Amino acid sequence: MKRSLLPIIAHRTAILFFIVFALFPLFWLLKVSVTPNDLLYSEGVRMWPSRTTFDHYTFVLRHSAFPTFFKNSLIVSASTAVVVTVCASLSGYALSRFSFRAKYWIVALMLLTQMFPLVMLVAPIFKILSPLGLTNSLTGLIIVYSAFNVPFATFLMQSFFDGIPKDLEEAAMIDGATKFTAFRQIILPLTLPGIAATLGFVFTAAWSELLFALMLINGNAAATFPVGLLTFVSKFSVDFGQMMAAGVLALIPAGLFFLLIQRYLVQGLTAGAVKG
Amino acid sequence: MASIEIEKLEKSYGHVSVLHGVDLDIRDGEFIVLVGPSGCGKSTLLRMIAGLEGVSKGEIRIAGNRVNDLHPKDRDIAMVFQSYALYPHMSVAANMSYSLRLRKMAKEKIGAAVASAASKLGLEPLLERRPKALSGGQRQRVAMGRAIVRQPKAFLFDEPLSNLDARLREQMRAEIKKMHGDLKATSIYVTHDQIEAMTLADRIVAMHGGVVQQVGSPLELYDRPANLFVAGFIGSPGMNFLEATCSGGSVRLKDGSEIEARLHTSTPEGSSLTLGIRPEHVVITRDGSGRRATVELIEPTGFGIILHLSLHGIPFKVFTLDRQALAVTGEITVSFPPEYIHLFDGEGTRIG
Repeated sequence: MKRSLLPIIAHRTAILFFIVFALFPLFWLLKVSVTPNDLLYSEGVRMWPSRTTFDHYTFVLRHSAFPTFFKNSLIVSASTAVVVTVCASLSGYALSRFSFRAKYWIVALMLLTQMFPLVMLVAPIFKILSPLGLTNSLTGLIIVYSAFNVPFATFLMQSFFDGIPKDLEEAAMIDGATKFTAFRQIILPLTLPGIAATLGFVFTAAWSELLFALMLINGNAAATFPVGLLTFVSKFSVDFGQMMAAGVLALIPAGLFFLLIQRYLVQGLTAGAVKG
Repeated sequence: MASIEIEKLEKSYGHVSVLHGVDLDIRDGEFIVLVGPSGCGKSTLLRMIAGLEGVSKGEIRIAGNRVNDLHPKDRDIAMVFQSYALYPHMSVAANMSYSLRLRKMAKEKIGAAVASAASKLGLEPLLERRPKALSGGQRQRVAMGRAIVRQPKAFLFDEPLSNLDARLREQMRAEIKKMHGDLKATSIYVTHDQIEAMTLADRIVAMHGGVVQQVGSPLELYDRPANLFVAGFIGSPGMNFLEATCSGGSVRLKDGSEIEARLHTSTPEGSSLTLGIRPEHVVITRDGSGRRATVELIEPTGFGIILHLSLHGIPFKVFTLDRQALAVTGEITVSFPPEYIHLFDGEGTRIG
């Protein structure tokens, strides 16, 4: 059967439009980051400056506190991602497979925590953390981010566990595995796509979080990258070139991270487990 | 290998009772088939023996030892699942050797056990493949291989052939029977397919509504069903049932005609009965004697012919190998040989 060309063209155009729409801000970020300061306001709106420069990048890397921000962000985001994923894997598995008393209420409570605007919680959390010496510290940020991300990540992991047939664990238990061995050797390897997705989700959430980082951290030593970006805003001017250069650099780890996990995100590992 | 004893076994989920006191003695090396319609509790019973479901009341003993509270891994049984439940991230060889590796068996021994199981099932060329690269029949074989490498005390099968097409199912059925002949392993097999039950079983356990209806050899269940349920469930096409009453020591059908049948003398006069006769036992008479029936539909199966009749308005089936039946129209006459008539009382229990 010969397929008519028109729907295909319409389909591809729609996809193209969406991609352009989604990626245009990133392109603009890149464009501004390589535009020399003297051309930024003088050339009007142009798709690409007549002259490009990497001066902003050099400045950001050599003369600003950006490398510190970058390192802090990396520590906070990676630790949060790992802590949350470990907790969420265990709790998600429990919610998916076990029935226990108060399960309903635990789920309800976890949902409840997701309902409040975070701004409401800034002051109480500051009050709690400051006597413990956890303000102005990366550990404090990791704890707060983990607490906020575990509920959602738990639901995410639960849905991945739900997708794995119970027969597999039962087969493993009959083969001689304990419940935990079955979890570790059979279920966990099959949940790698889910784990990758959770890691990625939590990592980006922590990477771009501004509110708590701004409120709990003062001074450059423990500032994360989103807070650091604000230092490019001074009283009288905004240094767009440097800010954008810092932004582009901040994209790199997130990009690398997704490059690493994309294999697991797209791969259906459970194929062939049961009939199909 | 081992015997399995089940005593007064009950299972309930909250207030819902699924098994109501099951008693069963399975001898060492016996092939037992649990058969019944869906929801009859056969799978639950199997899963309780496997240890995947807890016991609400009663006792399960494997080789004389009470296993009620034993974890599945400690019961030394193997199970073939309907979905096969192969580990997708492991090769065929790794799937088969998983249980042995968990038991920390020596590498050479594992290799030998897998090789011998693979050769029994013709799996040698597939050992390095992942399950997703296998066809349905091959996956089924791997699932069987995974069970036989361990030489467990007993094999449990949970509708293992339901996902295969008809031809493959027939072939695997024969292979399972052959394998049982070779291994002489105690096996419990759950199915809703009565052909599988009849062909495989040493003894069939017919279940309905969480109660064992009858335990016996396939032919016992076919020849002398203990009650209406077993009579209707075993056999294809299913048995014909006609309402009747006991009158003067003989059986009177609804239309008033009497029928010759062996009846217990203790049956009270006037009590209602159900008369059953299998479609393959009904005789089409050529000389006009017998009961009149109208032909409604003719189904040729190739092997034989199924005639759908209306006997005084009651649907009635006849199975015959006689190809002349294909040409019949209108009214025919049929007779019921007395030796093939089953009689059940008002409660559905066999009385003759």
